[in-house]
Amino acid sequence: MAAVIAPAGEPSAPRFSLGLPERPALLGRRAWIALAVLVVAVGAGAPLCALVLPESHPLHLSAYGMTLAGKLMCYAIAALALDLVWGYCGILSLGHGLFFALGGYAMGMYLMRGIGRDGNYQSDLPDFMVFLNWKELPWFWHGTEHFAYALLLVVLVPAAVAWVFGYFAFRSRVKGVYLSIITQAMTFAAMLLFYRNETGFGGNNGFTDFKRILGFGITQPETRTALFLATFAALVLAFLLARAVTTSKLGRVATGIRDAESRLMFLGYSPLGYKLFVWTLSAVLCGVAGALYVPQVGIINPSEMAPVNSIEMAIWVAVGGRGTLIGPIVGAFAVNGAKSVFTTHFAEYWLFFLGAIFVLVPLCLPRGIAGLFQRGRAM
Amino acid sequence: MKGMHKLEIVHDGQAGPNASGSVTGLGHVARAGEIDVSHGTILYLDAVTVSFDGFKALNGLTLSVDQGELRCVIGPNGAGKTTMMDVVTGKTRPTTGKVFLGQTLDLARMDEPAIARAGIGRKFQKPTVFSHHPVWENLELAMNTRKDWWAALRARFDRPAQRRVEEVLSMLHLESEAYRLAGDLSHGQKQRLEIGMLLMQQPRLLLLDEPVAGMTDHETMELAGLLARLKGSCSIVVVEHDMDFVAELAGDTGRVTVMAEGSVLADGTLAAVRANEAVIESYLGR
Amino acid sequence: MRTRALEWLLGGLLCWHAGAAALTAQDIQPLAGDDYAAKEEAVGRLVADADPRAAVLLQALADGDAAAGEAGRIIVGSRDGSVDAVTGEPVGEREAAAAEPIMLNNRLRGLVERGLAAARLSAPDPVMRRAAADALLANPDARFQPLVERARAREADAEIKSRLDALWAMAALRDPDPEVRLAAVGLVAARRQPELRDLLRPLAEPAAAGGQGEPDPRVRAAARAGIASLDRLQWWGDLAATLFSGLSLGSVLLLAALGLAITYGLIGVINMAHGEFLMLGAYATYVVQQAVQRHAPALFDWYPLLSVPASFAVAALAGLALERLVLRHLYGRPLETLLTTFGVSLLMIQAVRMTFGAQNVQVSNPDWMTGGIALLPNLVLPYNRLIILAFSLAVVALAWAVLNRTRLGLFVRAVTQNRDMAACVGVRTGKVDSYAFAFGAGIAGLGGCALAQIGNVGPDLGQGYIIDSFMAVVLGGVGQLAGTIVGALGLGMASKLIEPFWGAVLAKIAVLVLIVLFIQKRPQGMFALKGRSAEA
Repeated sequence: MAAVIAPAGEPSAPRFSLGLPERPALLGRRAWIALAVLVVAVGAGAPLCALVLPESHPLHLSAYGMTLAGKLMCYAIAALALDLVWGYCGILSLGHGLFFALGGYAMGMYLMRGIGRDGNYQSDLPDFMVFLNWKELPWFWHGTEHFAYALLLVVLVPAAVAWVFGYFAFRSRVKGVYLSIITQAMTFAAMLLFYRNETGFGGNNGFTDFKRILGFGITQPETRTALFLATFAALVLAFLLARAVTTSKLGRVATGIRDAESRLMFLGYSPLGYKLFVWTLSAVLCGVAGALYVPQVGIINPSEMAPVNSIEMAIWVAVGGRGTLIGPIVGAFAVNGAKSVFTTHFAEYWLFFLGAIFVLVPLCLPRGIAGLFQRGRAM
Repeated sequence: MKGMHKLEIVHDGQAGPNASGSVTGLGHVARAGEIDVSHGTILYLDAVTVSFDGFKALNGLTLSVDQGELRCVIGPNGAGKTTMMDVVTGKTRPTTGKVFLGQTLDLARMDEPAIARAGIGRKFQKPTVFSHHPVWENLELAMNTRKDWWAALRARFDRPAQRRVEEVLSMLHLESEAYRLAGDLSHGQKQRLEIGMLLMQQPRLLLLDEPVAGMTDHETMELAGLLARLKGSCSIVVVEHDMDFVAELAGDTGRVTVMAEGSVLADGTLAAVRANEAVIESYLGR
Repeated sequence: MRTRALEWLLGGLLCWHAGAAALTAQDIQPLAGDDYAAKEEAVGRLVADADPRAAVLLQALADGDAAAGEAGRIIVGSRDGSVDAVTGEPVGEREAAAAEPIMLNNRLRGLVERGLAAARLSAPDPVMRRAAADALLANPDARFQPLVERARAREADAEIKSRLDALWAMAALRDPDPEVRLAAVGLVAARRQPELRDLLRPLAEPAAAGGQGEPDPRVRAAARAGIASLDRLQWWGDLAATLFSGLSLGSVLLLAALGLAITYGLIGVINMAHGEFLMLGAYATYVVQQAVQRHAPALFDWYPLLSVPASFAVAALAGLALERLVLRHLYGRPLETLLTTFGVSLLMIQAVRMTFGAQNVQVSNPDWMTGGIALLPNLVLPYNRLIILAFSLAVVALAWAVLNRTRLGLFVRAVTQNRDMAACVGVRTGKVDSYAFAFGAGIAGLGGCALAQIGNVGPDLGQGYIIDSFMAVVLGGVGQLAGTIVGALGLGMASKLIEPFWGAVLAKIAVLVLIVLFIQKRPQGMFALKGRSAEA
């Protein structure tokens, strides 16, 4: 029974027309072409450099290099996820490391089952359970020997945790710095929980010594290449998905929530549903990133949930430029690339460098690297 | 006003008496269009008191607005006019008293978005638009459609919707600013935009808090004309200090309510209120 | 087995040597040998012997002055020279120098010391008697029961008598006579020491085959009642200990949270480097301690008096620098301030790590802070924590005084409530920000000074407190001192109360969850300002 404004009476003057598309395009033409080129280049180039070229060739992609690049891409997905909630919804989460780690642990459970009897104790149970004198698998480990189920866990567990936390936090209208600190507390509490052996996730050693994934040896160059390509595909898809969300009306409402939440409420929008959607989606993306991370680096332990990891994620986004999607990807690569360089050559100074970035970027480069390329366009 | 379309708010289907079919008197959360105006009253405040730590912003306020009426509310600063609007829109909860939209919608039990969806629109004292969004997006966001996240994810900005936005833009003479960021508009333009957003909401009850503050005389007269056209299909409550504007809106027959110290001081036509001793004492002066 | 034999032997010996007995060379000869079992027997004989020379030899054994001389005789050394243990005649220097000291093992040493104590039960000096009684109470030994009985019969001093009673009772629990056992149970329960429960336990059970348990029902009932009352005592003591440690933790948290509340209430930003102000205060204390130790070691006990202003000053300066150089430029951007201050925190930690090393540094308590008050056997209140508690309250009082009784405090409150209006009436908001932030940082520095006295000092000191401080501020409500106090002390208590049941880790998690749920109900904290002005 909606009311309709119907102009009546005199014939209309030459009508002004907005001329907008029904749904904005995901990417401009030039961006699509660039993306296509990138996909082809990586898709063909990576297997070539890793598997075909001999090791002595300067363009050969070593296992170390591929793992590093894979790691960086996983971090980029996480940064993208954080940008969705921070850059577009105004929620600075300092606990996204938790979702990353949860996804990693879910995949880790599958990989641990995959070790089978090849572990130190030659038992059906993972080594750490034998070490703790456990006689059988805890209930939540059942089914994790199936890859499909593990994938389901990778998506559902971070989503469930995020949804519950978000529901309580957003419903009580906790905002701003309060919310950020509470997310820190959330990841800190989870870390403490996972450090306990009784929790059933390997205690402070976590999961490691993986042997195979989907039947393939996990350290084989072919497997590594496949994981690398899977991560790249995930990054591209995550980016496109994020674009789809942010260019939709939901995305516009979300930025409205970021800028003037109470005004939006007076227009009839309930922020809870929007925040929960973006928050949960972001957690799932982070979880997927974590799940791709673990087989490539070969280990997952509770230190992934350390509060400081989540804060570092925020700085990747800030350095790249929040609210731009592509910025955080660049930021993740830049900062973690620098970290890699520093820790191999000037280990002592890495924390100084990191601290300096934290201080200087908000002060001198508030719109990040992407801000250098944008003049005047809205965030 | 040149080029102004004659506005009618047309309700398809019957929105008259007994539209919702139930007059239980118990509050419930509404879907749009369910306001029960069988008794002719669209807004009803009964002995509403709002107390902040002992200080009574509203003190036993009783007020009712009829369907289709254009009511002006005047009074000195601190009388509680803005608090009254806060209570109606859900920004503040009454400490005691009842607030009803129509016969059945208990506003004290609904949150702001639900109240807005029920058909109450409010214009704030300071223009609050979405500064980082272009003007057309501001209007699109205000449009009276489904406001849940699932609908927003799948929403398409189709021709009919775009036409509605275009009409409002024309009505407010903001076509040239359609793609400009709302934050870059002048004060008066922002005021107009905000009124445009209210029109897009198609509210049943419109609350305007000092709408012409900072507007030029010309803009003020345009707004008066707009409101006169809206009256009848939409109920309007205007809080104002500008007595000329009030005179323009109320005319000879419109009701004016004078508030002071949290409750109603006087109520009647403008002439009656102007002659009231207590009102002269506390507000209008001789 | 061996103890039984010894008991029998001692008992037999005592009966036989009812009066004064003579110390013979044969008795003590095994001391010079290597057979420890024989040594133990010999020592046992010495203990039972009333001969004063036996006492002298016992003391010499305890002091390490007994040695084996020529022909297996035992000689006792002293300042004036060595003498034969039995005859007392002097021994030549050559023999004394060549004599082999008599070795004791731990068991023997304990026996010798207890023997000495038992002997001192009959000493003329009451102070010595009391000390002896306490020593024996700490290690009750049924072998000395006859000596105890003898001393008990002769004792006139009431305090010492009660100790002797308890000592007697402990052995008397196994007396064949049920009346004696009943009296003993009463005496044991009256000691009010929960650890004596174990002595009463065998008497609570009915007699069973195999000789265990207690046949007399009255004794059983008395034993059970005694156990129950000691249990209650234990429970109260534990509760008091938990509450005190909660209070103690809360008092440190209070200092940490107070500074945060002032800076957050005023400037509206959460300073992630706040924990580092604590750390700076702790390291300042360390530096002062080192300086005093190097340049004025005699004044070491007074170094805390210096370290208090030093910690305040160092932290306040750091706070001032932070506010001037960084925070001022990020006004109105709280989320970015969060990140920036995190970066500052990283820089500060790394700088300290590179200057002082990554390991903990040692800060010791001065003498007047060591030790504690023992209210109950299971409740010891350490002096350092009591002093920290008093110190925290004093600092809170100071903060209250500054905020409510000084001009600066007036300006701070004005700027907190309405910054623009305060600027309009001429308050230099920039200066107020700087001073207030420095003050808040200084208080955190004082917290670090306190922490140094009760915990470890390392570069990561602050990290453990930042989340808890923030929780205390959130819980208590922003802008209210009272809220912070309640929040901090409450958090400390809650953590410690949950800890015994769930362990420290789960206690922390439980407390965090409780706070999140609490914020659900009252988003503005416990004591927040109501009304239109406080729209956080």
